[in-house]
Amino acid sequence: MTMIEAINDALDVMMARDPMVVVMGEDVGYFGGVFRATAGLQAKYGKTRVFDTPISECGIIGVAVGMGAYGLRPVPEIQFADYIYPGLDQLVSEAARLRYRSAGEFIAPMTVRTPFGGGIFGGQTHSQSPEAMFTHVAGLKTVVPSTPHDAKGLLIASIEDNDPVIFFEPKRLYNGPFNGHYSEPAIPWARHPDSFVPEGHYRVPLGKARIVRAGEAVTVLAYGTMVHVAREVAERLGIDAEVIDLRTLVPLDIETIEASVTKTGRCMVLHEATRTGGFGAELAALVQERCFYALEAPVERVTGFDTPYPHSLEWAYFPGPVRIGEAYARLIAA
Amino acid sequence: MTRVNLPKLSLHVPEPRYRPGDPVDHTHLAIPAAGAQPRPDEVCDAAQTHPLCLDLIRVLGEDDQAHGMWNPGLDAATLIRMLRLMALTRAFDARMVRAQRQGKTSFYMKSTGEEATAVATALALADDDMVFPSYRQQGLFIARGYPLEEMVNQIFSNRADKLKGRQLPIMYSARAQSVFSISGNLATQLPQAVGWAMASAIREDSRIASTFVGEGSSAEGDFHSAMTFAAVYNAPVVFNLVNNQWAISSFSGFAGAERTTFAARAIGYGIAGLRVDGNDPLAVYAAVRWAADRARANAGPTLIEHFTYRGEGHSTSDDPGQYRSAAEGSEWPLGDPIDRLMRHLIALGVWDADRQAAMDAEVDAQVRSAVRAAEANGVLGHGLHHPFRTMFEDVFETLPWHLAEQNEQALHERRVKFPDWSDDADLGNA
Repeated sequence: MTMIEAINDALDVMMARDPMVVVMGEDVGYFGGVFRATAGLQAKYGKTRVFDTPISECGIIGVAVGMGAYGLRPVPEIQFADYIYPGLDQLVSEAARLRYRSAGEFIAPMTVRTPFGGGIFGGQTHSQSPEAMFTHVAGLKTVVPSTPHDAKGLLIASIEDNDPVIFFEPKRLYNGPFNGHYSEPAIPWARHPDSFVPEGHYRVPLGKARIVRAGEAVTVLAYGTMVHVAREVAERLGIDAEVIDLRTLVPLDIETIEASVTKTGRCMVLHEATRTGGFGAELAALVQERCFYALEAPVERVTGFDTPYPHSLEWAYFPGPVRIGEAYARLIAA
Repeated sequence: MTRVNLPKLSLHVPEPRYRPGDPVDHTHLAIPAAGAQPRPDEVCDAAQTHPLCLDLIRVLGEDDQAHGMWNPGLDAATLIRMLRLMALTRAFDARMVRAQRQGKTSFYMKSTGEEATAVATALALADDDMVFPSYRQQGLFIARGYPLEEMVNQIFSNRADKLKGRQLPIMYSARAQSVFSISGNLATQLPQAVGWAMASAIREDSRIASTFVGEGSSAEGDFHSAMTFAAVYNAPVVFNLVNNQWAISSFSGFAGAERTTFAARAIGYGIAGLRVDGNDPLAVYAAVRWAADRARANAGPTLIEHFTYRGEGHSTSDDPGQYRSAAEGSEWPLGDPIDRLMRHLIALGVWDADRQAAMDAEVDAQVRSAVRAAEANGVLGHGLHHPFRTMFEDVFETLPWHLAEQNEQALHERRVKFPDWSDDADLGNA
């Protein structure tokens, strides 16, 4: 399956299992979503379970909070993560705090799906990676899959989770893995081992990272598109890197991180989002605090630049093979 | 660059009619006679309510009698119950402000003059209709039977506070009474109420949702999205917009009141709208009942503007003498909701001054007793609070590792500050 098919399958599985699951968002109903993630669901489950909404992110998230208070398990879609900001007050002030402020009387068991990340010539408002805005909010869980297998399993786990989850889908990975070599032909998921998706219901647990490639020389902490880029660069350069796909940013799998960095003594944190105040800063701080005496080199932070995501200069912005390769070289040389 | 052949543009910045010390003349307020407003069928086309968005539905007249088609025809026992709940709300407010001045809590907000908007609304809805209040509907909690002692526990943030001292005073949550958790972020409850109502409709339930917002907060974007979603999905929801003329120091003109009524916004969304004398408990009851019946009949949402006056400061942190004329409230032409209902009951021959005095004494005693009971559980800052570990609970359903570590840090700091303290004593406090 492609990642889009895996996400569609996860929604199908959950809607069939749980009548409280409802799917809504801009263009998700009859049309099946601008990326086809909800294709066929309305025809199968009816218009009161899968429906189009007005173009109002604040309304979509706010209504989902109220549905959760009733007892539904809403899965709202925000068409692009770049457009989640009008719904931010409802996410930060309401969904994230509802359980806490009501001492558990009311909860917000919702999963906000939203396509994110660049590498598709999306320009400023179709490329952003705003995960750090959400990892900073107490009460929200943040999930980023990097393969079709994980996308389905993590989405099912997110929908079943009783806490609000922001589910970022790297749209550069929807139809195939992306290794960072944008001038080479794209590879479809069909020729990739991680595209095997079991039928029916299964979970990939939240809070558990995946070691994508075992190695001894350096630890790479990545998620989403950058998982594939980090692995590809290591293999082309012949570096014995241990690439960890975090999968969940909050709660974070700190044990896997500590074990790996303690073993390798070298660590690169990698993300597409802008550098300053990005989630990489949190990762670097945690590694420094918890693995200080094992470190043999400064933690390398490889990220997007501190600029809005540019259109024509996309591949100059993107943390691609050159930036990653030089960071590998500095880590190994240290 | 200004073009010389065109007039200079000018910015209009609204200004209230009266500032501190100004004499007040309320004759500009169009106040129709009680009973003069038509009452369309509950399932009418929304457009039929448009005249009522610009009018003012009134039932209780100057003669203290109930008039017209909106008279809900309530029996004496219900009217006396309504009066008592409003009086209890006012007595509670008075006692809580005193408690705040005595340092037993940090903060309080009264609802003086607006008791009818909460109490009559609660009585007009079914007890299991879900209500999403703002912070000035304490009468709703009281009318729904949420225990006064629990309210005071929350206000004092003591060891019995059901919200574990996490919330600012008055931000109650009462799921058992079908009242939603109050948020400090204004107007967020509006789309949530719509979502709850949509969920009820999706599940083919018979319960409806209702929500409250002040006229000031109706300027928030959430108001617009809530109205749009309610209209699009014909959601079974009743919006109560309490127009008490003031949003802290900003008069209603800063929310758009100089151009039209707040009820008139319903017209643009294609939903039913009613504008009601918010100090007339019978009119409030009738309007909410009409809207609730409409929602229950799948005829759609209603926006009700409750036209009233905020009799006191915004909160215990506010001094209205700094920005408005005291005479504006004392000469408010729609009077006082408790006084008006009392005079109606007397005019009906079912009430008198002695019974009123006895009831006032009873509600005061009821409040005092609740405060005494709550005080035994502690007051703010006097040590009887929830255990430290509870600060980290309920952020998520289960405690993640980073919160477990921070919990240990908080406990460590406490041991440093109070070397004699033991974890067991803290747990016994819970």
